[in-house]
Amino acid sequence: MIALPLLLPLGFAILNVLAWKSPRAQRVLTLVGAALQTGAAFWLLGRVRAEGILHLPIGNWPAPFGIVLTADLFSAIMLAVSAVVGLAAALYSQGGMDERRVRYGYYPLFFFLLTGVNGAFLAGDLFNLYVWFEVMLMASFVLIALGGERPQVEGAIKYVILNLLASTLFLSAVGLLYNLCGTLNLADLARRIPALEAGGEVTLIAVLFLVAFGIKSAIFPLFFWLPASYHTPPVTITALFSGLLTKVGVYALYRVFTLLFASDAAYLPTLLLVLAGFTMTTGVLGAAAQMDFRRLLSFHIVSQIGYLLMGLGLFSPAALAAGIYFMVHVILAKTALFFVAGIVRQTEGSYNLKELGSLYARRPGLALLFLLPALSLAGLPPLSGFFAKLALVLAGFDLRSYAIVGVGLGVSLLTLYSMTKVWNEVFWKERKEAGAAPLRPVSAWMWAATLGLAAVSVAAGLLAGPLLDLSAQAAAQLADPSLYIQAVLGGAP
Amino acid sequence: MTWLLAIAAGVLFAAGIYMILRRSLVKILVGLALLSYAVNLLLFNSAPLIPARPPLIPLGSSAPPEVYADPVPQALILTAIVISFGVTAFAVVLMRQVYGTLGTDDLNEMRCTDIPCKEVEIASEEEQMEEPL
Repeated sequence: MIALPLLLPLGFAILNVLAWKSPRAQRVLTLVGAALQTGAAFWLLGRVRAEGILHLPIGNWPAPFGIVLTADLFSAIMLAVSAVVGLAAALYSQGGMDERRVRYGYYPLFFFLLTGVNGAFLAGDLFNLYVWFEVMLMASFVLIALGGERPQVEGAIKYVILNLLASTLFLSAVGLLYNLCGTLNLADLARRIPALEAGGEVTLIAVLFLVAFGIKSAIFPLFFWLPASYHTPPVTITALFSGLLTKVGVYALYRVFTLLFASDAAYLPTLLLVLAGFTMTTGVLGAAAQMDFRRLLSFHIVSQIGYLLMGLGLFSPAALAAGIYFMVHVILAKTALFFVAGIVRQTEGSYNLKELGSLYARRPGLALLFLLPALSLAGLPPLSGFFAKLALVLAGFDLRSYAIVGVGLGVSLLTLYSMTKVWNEVFWKERKEAGAAPLRPVSAWMWAATLGLAAVSVAAGLLAGPLLDLSAQAAAQLADPSLYIQAVLGGAP
Repeated sequence: MTWLLAIAAGVLFAAGIYMILRRSLVKILVGLALLSYAVNLLLFNSAPLIPARPPLIPLGSSAPPEVYADPVPQALILTAIVISFGVTAFAVVLMRQVYGTLGTDDLNEMRCTDIPCKEVEIASEEEQMEEPL
């Protein structure tokens, strides 16, 4: 039954294709499907928490030979968070997605995307991971280009080319690894790689994975496709991408570098920390220069990826736990911010910070909705971002990695600056042509989705204690590959 | 044979990388196709090449013969070919769309999503779609 979070979106994608002619039926199906998927993901999280790492050999072929789906606590947490984001996006699309895109298959693609994402979280072998990545990418290619407007196709071409290149590198690494180990099952690889004679090959493969997943998760210096493409599709799609796609890349980095290359990792922490520092800094500095709401937020995606990488680079159980909690926090906060940007666009008809203004006076509720995830992203207590950063900083101090902690804190301050800028421009300052444009109504669906997601984000901050405990358990599983090996292959590690 | 395939894969990689560094979209597309061929050859080469020894258990015995060809890389290639076919087909359609919308296939003229572009406003979502994808 681990396959449920995989089968549900796939099933609903197919149902949505069958209901191609009826957008109304697709809307209902999407809401039902997203809700069911959320239920399934949380159910799986509960089971994994109670029973430990679960795995499902497809077709009953035993583990190293057949394909397995594996759910450890990290996968289950990721599944649950993405399901929440999926549900929020499903609600938001009811009001935020235009009729034309719905007619050209937005809802089926939405579910194919979720299928790919969930599959990547559950994949128990590397080739399977590749296939799910491709499912996800294919759906995202069509979603980003759907509509065919000029900026969209321009953004899509960059997105498609660089992601295809990353897939090529990923597949090359898979081929080389198979040549070296004769297996692609993650647990089997985790058992065999440490036993290999130390040589350049493993390092080469590890770095190939780093580059491939690095492109997909937009780390420095491979992130340029992201701010060039993410702001072009409608904001619902951008919000979905920002919550899910790059995070799947980070998930793959966490998985591969804790499970497979941990033994080979002498050079790795330093490399990852340097990359993390640059990713944070370039992202936030890029954001400072932007005057388009969505482009600004896109650069912040890059900046936050740096913190996730920092958790991996520090490589202690505490740091991994902090990284996992940070992932939960950033997925929720970021998606909520994009939703707010979409509502601003809907009321005022623009993403341009220069043209916006006076919204605090006219829409105080919206201002509050922006402020919660924005301050959370900047890391102000008592919101989730504060606890996530605090945990990362403490883990950094434990390891005496003062440089990266300093960079992280500095970038946090710049994030606050950037969010203040948005606040000043969009909400605080007088709008230039005062009272020129009347506020346009915003669909109740969009309000509901944004409100719900902001509430979940705040709850993630208030429940920081239990969530950090859960992340610590997940990190303990990541830090000890023998648990994973034992769960999948059975017997002594 | 392994050497030959390795060199062929290397040449394909080099040619593919050269092609994706060009400015013309069509050349980039060719480059991506070449890269996917290169990876397929690499996968093909990822297990020892053993001719004429199928991984089948002969009638009357319970184990496969001592030496047999590894079937996994072939399964991997088959999947990879199907995926790269689909992706390439999509990329061709996208490039046609790009050419139709922008009237150029020169990447240097597609910078409006990177730097602020005066002449082209970022199109609003309400604007009518001219050519559906």
